This record gives sequence, structure tokens and C-alpha cells, in this order.
Amino acid sequence: MKKSSLHHVLPGFSLSMGYTLVYLSLIVLIPLSAVLIKTAHLTWEHFLSVVTAPRVMASYKLSFGASLLAGVINSIFGFILAWVLVRYRFPGRRIVDALIDLPFALPTAVAGIALTAIYSGHGWLGQYLEPLGFKIAFAPPGILIALIFIGLPFVVRTLQPILEDLEIELEEVSASLGARRWQTFFYVIFPIILPALLTGFALAFARAVGEYGSVIFIAGNIPMVSEITPLMIISKLEQYDYEGATAIALVMLVFSFILLLAINLLQAWAAKRTGRVR
Amino acid sequence: MAGTISALYKSSNKESRYESNAATREPIWIKWTLVAIALTFFAIFLLLPLVVVLVEALSKGWSVYWETLVDSETLSAVWLTLTAATIAVPLNLIFGVMAAWAIAKFDFRGKYFLITLIDLPFSVSPVVAGLIYVLVFGAQGWFGPWLAEHDIKIIFTTTGIVLATIFVTFPFIARELIPLMQAQGKEEEEAAVVLGAKGWQVFWHITLPNVKWGLIYGVILCNARAMGEFGAVSVVSGHIRGLTNTLPLQVEILYNEYQFAAAFAVASLLALLALVTLGIKTWVEFQASKTMQSVSLEHEV
Repeated sequence: MKKSSLHHVLPGFSLSMGYTLVYLSLIVLIPLSAVLIKTAHLTWEHFLSVVTAPRVMASYKLSFGASLLAGVINSIFGFILAWVLVRYRFPGRRIVDALIDLPFALPTAVAGIALTAIYSGHGWLGQYLEPLGFKIAFAPPGILIALIFIGLPFVVRTLQPILEDLEIELEEVSASLGARRWQTFFYVIFPIILPALLTGFALAFARAVGEYGSVIFIAGNIPMVSEITPLMIISKLEQYDYEGATAIALVMLVFSFILLLAINLLQAWAAKRTGRVR
Repeated sequence: MAGTISALYKSSNKESRYESNAATREPIWIKWTLVAIALTFFAIFLLLPLVVVLVEALSKGWSVYWETLVDSETLSAVWLTLTAATIAVPLNLIFGVMAAWAIAKFDFRGKYFLITLIDLPFSVSPVVAGLIYVLVFGAQGWFGPWLAEHDIKIIFTTTGIVLATIFVTFPFIARELIPLMQAQGKEEEEAAVVLGAKGWQVFWHITLPNVKWGLIYGVILCNARAMGEFGAVSVVSGHIRGLTNTLPLQVEILYNEYQFAAAFAVASLLALLALVTLGIKTWVEFQASKTMQSVSLEHEV
């Protein structure tokens, strides 16, 4: 496409661009910058003491640890789900495919109380699991379950189009050259979809770190044990400690920017490897 | 997910080609093992929570269920939820169309940076999303003193809830429309302009019909999130019963008061909304792929 053509054939560039920038600034950029500016009022020592307080540190460990683990579990089972949905015909496939997006559509608070009702001591599954020594609700494993729930569609929906677009000829060539089916999978298919798998993992991970609604009901919110980082922000706010809340928010924001950057790079890599246009 | 409809336009239909081809077929026991693993995981992690909501909602019988739904607090929560969505979705729709038009139909520096900025609200924790509006409009915030002087309240009111809702649903429609409009190029629009069409005519008669399904798709998902948002709204609402409670907040209040059947009854409304959303979404995907197939058929003829 030609650059530098100051004269556009299509009308409406200044209007649409101007509107976009103004709306973006008013709704997103200016309010977000409030976090930066508010934190700048703090001294460095004060900031550090807030964001490295033991309770806050414990919450990072839990939030990041549980999100990582949930991301890994979702990558494995999300991959199997995507594979099965694309490759195999079986009864109920379309319904399963449609319901994969349930965590996107179901409000997080609803998911939260439903999962609690399943895994608490008197719950649907909890009543059988707790006598066996598996305490899930009101403990860190409950947080993991909630994060698996909300992250699953990210992995499945990132992988599905890539799997659908795989050129069948590659696998035919591989088979005709004598590769066993598992060799074709590990040496031909897997390298092609790896960037998409990592993208799905990163998206699920990013969502899980910031998740609040589905987690707080099942977490039990015990200090030093099952408090997630977003809850630390809420509890600071409830004590009218706006500066403390903002300082923790800044840490989370910086982290999500880094993840966003990583996701963009991963997507570019995935696009390159599969020849798809972003 | 972003760009689903545009992805649909690209992927061709390969119904069950894999299983009839020896080169892409796994042994039958592998197939059924994988299907079994996938379905078990699906049943435990996705299906069970949905079933639990509907069953628990009716655990105290239909009369309790019905009483909860017609309770004045529930009704005012329904009203506030509808209000927030009715304001947030159209505003984000206008933004989505504007942003997609600027980004897809013109070339300029920093385009991908702009797309990344539009994506920002997706990667911000809902709690932080609520917090930023408290920092701007709250009593201690930037405009706090000024707003107090003029007796305007934003935080702990409907306005705050609407703002937080707009923020969390900000990218939905834009992210659906941008890749779709980019994929369709601008030749058709340019031809129309050359033939003398006015700007709005081009948009109304050419662009809009082309992106119809992507647009509906984005609106559906945007609406579901707008009605279901919890974290961000929770921070700015102040939890004033009957005044600033949306449906998800009402679920929380009832649940924390140990009125479990009532909490699940309200939750079942939101679960039904989710099912309707998924139903419409599946229908839209079906329509879009049908349109796509007829278009590619026309090209082949």
C-alpha cells in the first residue's frame, strides 16, 4: 500500500481517528495514569514497604503460583479439548464446542458461588473429597479450581483455528516418508502449534492473575494463606488506605503490561510460524 | 475472543476429513481415550458449575425462587444492570465502529501501538479498573473536591457503575471489528466513493452489511460482560442496597447473608443470560460461516 498519500479516497479519517483517541484517553488512558501519578506522591521507602509487606508478598506468591499452575493445567487439557473438537466426530461435539465459552459468558460471581457449592465440605464433590484429606474450598486448591475454570476457553479458542488451518498435506508427507503417527505429532504438528499454545497459556495466565470475582468466594481469604493480590487492593481500599491500594495496583499494572507485551510477541511469532495474518 | 468472526472467514470447512485419512488418523483407542479425557474435564470444570447453579436455585422450591426474583431489591438490581448495559454497550459500539474505520481503512504510524492500547482494559485486573475511577472521582481523588463543591457524586452511584462497566467492556466490539474490516480491505468502499457515494452511504450500504455478523458478535459478548461484571463494579458501587447493587453484587450480598437459595436464584438469572448469549453467539457463527460459504461459491462460479 502506498504511504504518504495525504489525500485519502475514503472520508472520515480525522473524525474517526479523533473520536477514537478522545474516547480512549477519557475512558482508559487518563484514569490509568491516575495510578502512576498517585503513586508518585509516595516516597520510595514507603512504596517499597507497602508492596513488600509480608501479607502482600504472600499474596503475590499465591496469585502467581496458582495462576501459573492453572495455566499449565489448562494448556494440557485445553489442548486435548481443542484437538478432540477439531479432529474427531463424536456425539455432543457441537454442544461441547458451544459451551467452551461458558466462562466468558457466565458472570464471575456466579462461577464463584457455584464452585464453592461444589467443593465446600458439604458440597456436591467436597463431601466425598474432604474425608479423603483433600480440602479444596477455603484453601489454595479452591483458588486453583476457579482459575482453571476462567482460563480454559483462552487456550481452547487460541488453538482451535490453528489446528483447523493445519495443512493436512504436511501430515501425509510425514506419514509417506515413514514417520510413525507419534513422530508426526511431535516433529511436525507440535512445533507449528507451539506458539499458539504459549499464547493461550499467557492469555489464561494474565486473566488469572487479575481475577477477583470467581476466586473470593471459594478462597476463604485467610491472611498469609489464601489471599490473592486483587483482594489486597480491596482490603486496603476498605481501610481507606488509597495510597497502599494504588501502590499494589501499580505492581499489578506493570506486570500486566509486561505480559501484554509478551503476548503480542508470541502472537507475532505464531503468525509467522503458521503463515496467518494477525 | 478477539477476531473470532474474522478467523471464521479464513478457515475452510474440513468436516471429518481427518478420520477418513490414514495419514491423519490415530488408532481408535487413542481417539476414544482423548475424547473421554476431554469430556470428563469438560463435565467437571464447565458443566457441573452450570448445573449446580440451576439445581441450587430451586433447592427451596419454586415459591422461594419466585419470591426472590420479584423481591424489590432483586428488581432494582435488574433495573440497574440493564441501565448500565444499555449505556455502556452503545457507547462502546460507537467507539468500536469509529476505531475500526480509522484503523482498518487508513494507514498511519503507530497503528499496532494504538491496537495494543485499545486492548489494555483486557489485561487490567477488574479490581484495578474500579480503583482508577475511585482515584479520579472519589472523595480523595483528582476531581473529588471540585465534585463535592458542585454536589456531584460519581463514586457509589450509578454513574460510577456505568463508567467501570464501560472500561471493562471497552475493547470487545473494536477487537471484533478491526481484524474483520482489515481482512475485507477497502476496495469496495473506494469504488463506492468514486461512483459518488457520500461517506455515510458508503458506511451504511457497504461496510455495515459486510461486518454485520462481527458487529452482532461483539455486541453480544460486550453485553454479557457488561451485565456480569463483578470486581470493577464492586469497587465503585459502595454496596448500597436497592440503590447501587447490580445483579452480580446482589448475588454476593445474598450469599454472604447465608441466603444461599436466594443467591443462587439471582445467579440463575445470570446463568440463563450466559446460556442465551452462547446460543446467539453459536447462531451468529453459523450464519457467518454460511455467508462465507455462499460468497466463496459465488467466486468459484
